[in-house]
Amino acid sequence: MNEDLATRTEAPSGAGGASRAGRLKVFIGMAAGVGKTYQMLLEGHAEQEAGRDVVVGFLETHGRAETARLAQGLPMIPRRRVSYRETVIEEMDLPAVLHREPELCLIDELAHTNAPSVEHLKRYEDVEDVLAAGIDVLSTVNVQHLESLNDQVTELSGIRVRETIPDAVVARADEVVLVDLTPEALLDRLRAGKVYPRERIDAALNNFFRIENLSALREVALRQVAQEVGAKRRPTEVISSREESLAEGTPQAIGERLLALVEPYPGSQRLVRRAWRSAQRLNADLDLLWVRRPGQRLEDDNERSLSALRQLAAILGAKMYEEEADDVAAAVADFAARHGTTYILLGRSRIPRGLARLRTPLPQRLMARLPGVDVRIVADRAARQNGEARIADPGVV
Amino acid sequence: MSPLAVVLIVIAGVLVGVAAGYWLPPHGRRSRRAAPTAVRRILLPFTGQAISRRSFEAAVRLAKAENAVIMPAFLASVPMNLPLDTALPAQCGRGMPLLEAIEQRAMAQGVPVDSRVSRGRSSRDALRKLIESEHFDRIIVSADEDPHSGLSYEDLRWMLERVPAEIMILRPAPEDTRRISLEAVGGHF
Repeated sequence: MNEDLATRTEAPSGAGGASRAGRLKVFIGMAAGVGKTYQMLLEGHAEQEAGRDVVVGFLETHGRAETARLAQGLPMIPRRRVSYRETVIEEMDLPAVLHREPELCLIDELAHTNAPSVEHLKRYEDVEDVLAAGIDVLSTVNVQHLESLNDQVTELSGIRVRETIPDAVVARADEVVLVDLTPEALLDRLRAGKVYPRERIDAALNNFFRIENLSALREVALRQVAQEVGAKRRPTEVISSREESLAEGTPQAIGERLLALVEPYPGSQRLVRRAWRSAQRLNADLDLLWVRRPGQRLEDDNERSLSALRQLAAILGAKMYEEEADDVAAAVADFAARHGTTYILLGRSRIPRGLARLRTPLPQRLMARLPGVDVRIVADRAARQNGEARIADPGVV
Repeated sequence: MSPLAVVLIVIAGVLVGVAAGYWLPPHGRRSRRAAPTAVRRILLPFTGQAISRRSFEAAVRLAKAENAVIMPAFLASVPMNLPLDTALPAQCGRGMPLLEAIEQRAMAQGVPVDSRVSRGRSSRDALRKLIESEHFDRIIVSADEDPHSGLSYEDLRWMLERVPAEIMILRPAPEDTRRISLEAVGGHF
């Protein structure tokens, strides 16, 4: 990548592009101690050896000897000392960086909140100024600092991270590099005193640095970077097949959006759970829709089922809608067009009786009304298991 | 009887036959609705990634004997620093497959299932909210030896004191290592 960054950034400046914006490369990790700063410094050295003018704008070693050693040899812009509430805080000296005009600046901890008296509230805003001056930047961030993931990470770890950055900052980065380490390896590093000083190790192991936390955070980080990669690829991909097949007047969805058709019966919960799992895999939003007949009155059992469905939707983060209509297919088609649905899930219909047998089944009606939208009928796994001789039952001991 | 009358009677007979064919269920006999009886509801709360197989089997046995519905309930805990109504995808990632596995196994044994989820600041709080909002005839829990993996002894005592339902607490036993975990879910989930 080092050559990559060098060649790509040299071209415009050679063309007299003093006004070109710098390029941002972000090293992202699941937690402190995975080696983001270390990786950033390695790249800084490589760029320096390639002949570029590299400086360290701000470095946070957290007392790690390895990191401090690696920083040697790279010119460092001295920190600025700022007084705040009778304490002295050290911040990055943004004016000094801009005055120095390096080709590449290493700025650690993108999500840092600055002391009140400096130019910007947040460090990522400093970085934006540096980029605007045509200086390339290498920076670091942990995944829990991304605003959209903050609640999820708090739920996973029980610890609320106060310093956040808008996802757009990372989304705008020219390169996002995941610095990955297995949870076991990170714990080994922690126990060996390579992440925090000895006196903080026990507290860290008992709180944030638990294997289940780290595994979950690693998954979040991997997904996040995969999403960034996907988002960057999308403009160059041919997406016409989906576009061509979508009905005219149907808004083009940016990503997948799933819709599960529910009814106030216990079986609908299974459908919602499956729809949610699919939505997770596709990184998509999930809507639930119940089309009720005009004037339809619910029995107590149905009311309870409806309440349970609402609870389930809320805990899963799905949105539940109710619409009143005689024609279910028309109501669903209208809803799907309004919400940009790309995927509809429904359960097996009850066996029709009377004249209802003459009607075209709902899935076919939906497919006719919504060309280009996938329709999936969710099977009843319990019924299938009943009919099969089960050789192994892995989750039952 | 005139030929016209005979034709009319035959046509009428055919029409009645066709109508009956449409209105009756596929197997030709109107299913006899069971007399409406109050269905008992057995709550099977869980918090972790697996439940005791003994408590599941006890719930199934009782449900069969009492014509009851099993209501497995996933109790989620919302950390204090998050709003109570926040979505909990990480916990659901563990709870939903287990709910699915329980439901599949119970239904495979012919027992109706009606699942629930509830959340609170703790497992007990979630259980309290669930019990306040719905009626249950019986609650089955296992007195797990590891209080971190489910409801603690304090929670069980709280249930005995406060919950207006029959509570069956299965005492710890060596076979408590036999569990149903989320890997038991069948098929693609």
